[in-house]
Amino acid sequence: MTATAPIDAGQQTVRQQVLVLYLASSALDARVVGWSTYDGTGTTTPTTGDSDVPPYATGLDALKDGWRLFQAAQLLPPQPGHEYDVSFLKHEFFFEKLVTL
Amino acid sequence: MPHPHRKNLLTSVQMARFVATGSFRMDAVVPDDMNQQAIDVLKAGIPGVPYGTPLSEAFVDTEFVQRLVELPEVAGAIHSLVGPEPLVDHHAVHIRKANDGEAQDLHGDAIIDVRPDAFDVQLMYYPQDVTLEMGGTLSVPGSHLRRTNETDTGRYQNLLGQTRLVCPAGTVVFLHHGIWHGGRRNDSDIDRYMFKIRFNPTVRQVRLWNLDDLYDEEVARELDQTFPWYENATGRLEKYNRIKLWQALTGDDTYDPEYWVTRVSNRPQRVVAQRSQNPHAKKEIA
Repeated sequence: MTATAPIDAGQQTVRQQVLVLYLASSALDARVVGWSTYDGTGTTTPTTGDSDVPPYATGLDALKDGWRLFQAAQLLPPQPGHEYDVSFLKHEFFFEKLVTL
Repeated sequence: MPHPHRKNLLTSVQMARFVATGSFRMDAVVPDDMNQQAIDVLKAGIPGVPYGTPLSEAFVDTEFVQRLVELPEVAGAIHSLVGPEPLVDHHAVHIRKANDGEAQDLHGDAIIDVRPDAFDVQLMYYPQDVTLEMGGTLSVPGSHLRRTNETDTGRYQNLLGQTRLVCPAGTVVFLHHGIWHGGRRNDSDIDRYMFKIRFNPTVRQVRLWNLDDLYDEEVARELDQTFPWYENATGRLEKYNRIKLWQALTGDDTYDPEYWVTRVSNRPQRVVAQRSQNPHAKKEIA
């Protein structure tokens, strides 16, 4: 795969940090029940099972700390006949920060 | 294998806890002399067996494992969960090397498996003291009924209330086949060993444990527990599915102390409308 050119902010290089929060309901100010982070700067290496403490108590708290929401899970009705099934977490929110190196 | 003594079977409360959490843990149940021997045995490797070998035949030439599965507490748990003479699906030695930089993705083993009235269990034996830094197995209580396939859950790094195993040497954990889990990154200077056996039942898994406390109020409390990572609404569906599993395991489809199943199954058929208000009623002939 060919690496894409980094965003050039003037003479500076910018990288994306991604935070994924799973919330207790579809409301953005609901409590955090799960979290993942990916660091495009390469300075940290978050991974599975590396923390028991969420980075924020709610999705709104992440906004207050400067994270920018760029995707929220759609609200989809259950498929007929599968109303009681449990599967993936439903309330997934993607945030980003752009970091200048 | 001989039938385990009644005192070594799981109680109904313990079984209900397994149905709710998807796991059952016995700390330091394997004696020290076996734990001392285990690392060398696991390093040497355990000979493989064909899929579906009866437990009584699988380890006749592997004395260490035979002793492990015949420990009274271990044999009692196996019987309670999957019944007499289960099959050995497969077994494996897992080694997380010291300062190994990779954690496994959160996953369920094998492939998606949605059997409503049967389940496999995996025995996991830890012969060493496991510290947090050694990357003991991550598991997610109450995730075993989620319908997901293998590592499709790999995006989830941390869930509130997850279990990062820290345990004394000789600990055995039984996991429901569907539970989300993964080997964590070993950030210590010590290689970590774990030995796993997957069992398939050969009988219907109904009332295989010690039933003395079957209708104890603590059973209902175990089945109604929630976990911090559950979303508010889906957490209620978890209880619905849990009760359905308990009804299958007890053979009692009326057991529903919190009414989660009964309420949404109620479709009365008795008609009480007067004939004069029923346009489909035939006219009475005088």
